[in-house]
Amino acid sequence: MQQQRVVVSVSPHIVTSVTVSRLMYMVVLALIPAAAVSLYFFRLKAALLITICVITALLTEALLQKARGKAITVDDGSALLTGLLLALNLPPSMPLWAAILGTVVAIGLGKQIFGGLGYNIFNPALVGRAFLSATFPVLMTTWTRPLAWSRLPVDATTVATPLGLMKFEHFRTSYLKLLEGNVSGSLGETSVVALVIGASYLLIKGYMDWRTPLSYLGTVALFGGVFWLINPHRYPDPLFHLLAGGLMLGALFMATDPVTTPITKAGRWVFGLGAGLIVVVIRLWGGLPEGVAYSILFMNGVTPLINRYTRPRRFGEVRRHA
Amino acid sequence: MRSSTEGRLLGDFLKGLWKESPTFRLLLGMCPTLAVTNAAQNGFAMGLATTFTLVSASTIVSLIRKVIPNQVRIPSFVVVIATFVTMVDLFLKGKFPGISKALGPYVPLIVVNCVILGRQEVFASRNPVHRAIADALGMGLGFTWALTLLGVIREILGMGSIFGVHIMGSWFRPWIIMILPPGAFLTLGMLIGFMNTLTGRTAGRSAQG
Repeated sequence: MQQQRVVVSVSPHIVTSVTVSRLMYMVVLALIPAAAVSLYFFRLKAALLITICVITALLTEALLQKARGKAITVDDGSALLTGLLLALNLPPSMPLWAAILGTVVAIGLGKQIFGGLGYNIFNPALVGRAFLSATFPVLMTTWTRPLAWSRLPVDATTVATPLGLMKFEHFRTSYLKLLEGNVSGSLGETSVVALVIGASYLLIKGYMDWRTPLSYLGTVALFGGVFWLINPHRYPDPLFHLLAGGLMLGALFMATDPVTTPITKAGRWVFGLGAGLIVVVIRLWGGLPEGVAYSILFMNGVTPLINRYTRPRRFGEVRRHA
Repeated sequence: MRSSTEGRLLGDFLKGLWKESPTFRLLLGMCPTLAVTNAAQNGFAMGLATTFTLVSASTIVSLIRKVIPNQVRIPSFVVVIATFVTMVDLFLKGKFPGISKALGPYVPLIVVNCVILGRQEVFASRNPVHRAIADALGMGLGFTWALTLLGVIREILGMGSIFGVHIMGSWFRPWIIMILPPGAFLTLGMLIGFMNTLTGRTAGRSAQG
């Protein structure tokens, strides 16, 4: 029943053993390095947030499916993935009750209200994140210093994220720190290395299309790079753009969600291009330091349009002259 | 013209409150519904202002319905409605400047409220004055309770208060999104969904097709 929804191209199709459920678990597996790094840097808070978000996601999914009289499919891994992704999108100091609210919104308003897996327009985890950003702006922008070298498990120092430092104080964080993730930020976005390790696994196994991340990251680097060349003192360089903030997490794990992004190959290029442009515009001129979540949500919204205009021609079809 | 029974008058009045609720069933007048319901008081005031305009305009339009030429009926309705909206606007500015300020341009915009224009077109211009008044009262109060409910929900969640009185303890952290535009859409959507579920409307519709 689930297999029939993995239609990613026009016919002819080859039958494969990869089901939606298997795909979901593979993505969860690929997120484990990032989750592990967040546990290392943010300790108990990361563990609590991840556990709470995952449990809430599974419970919400089951309860809503029961209420709607549908088959309960919490074991398909999609709610697990949404819960995990949302947790990785939250700042470590997020109170648990707010994380629960965000997860309920993510699964309820982001997914089940549209009809469940495969019918949602927007990435559920990002819906949860956007809801929390608009609902508790202060909580969602209170960042703490990683706790890796501190003995105290709770009271952390509040500090701006690398993008915030860049935007408001013109302070450049070192690339090494950005790569390993020893910076402030959302749980799962800080360590670029861990995210890339997980994503490489998906790429090698063929569970992820390389087009979206490449076009997304490439656009950010190129478009951001143009402004860096124009004024290197004012604007950050392309490498900083790529390594800082939630770009890697978004480009590798959320812009590649099979449900809410284009199914055509050309459409995936367009999706990455659009999202990349939005991220740079928000980062350089917007009121917020980071715009990855909104860029993906916005492009999710135009995905049906992209699909329509990038539909491949059928075999033998002749382009109609108007 | 048949003489109306009291039952029929009551029916004219009651249908606006639930069965043909302008907000939850007809989905008319969405602009003020979404724009001014960030607090219970604003929703209530907008509802009453609309009700007054609706009842007055329906009365006049029903009285002059025989003399309005069919070709210019819409402009005629608008002129009648605009007269009463101007009265409401000046009244609010003079007596309740706070509310007038909170509602802002949405008071003059009552002129183009679809609920009002819609009732003139489908009801007041085709029915005797007592039925027109019953219909306008029902629709107006239906609009009022819907806007007040939206305002109450959004104010409780978004500010922790109800009609300006704080009811949540200090532990409560306001959900800022609820007093922002997305909160209006979320609340309205949830309420319509809830009402449809309550009356089995979705089930009936899917059974038909």
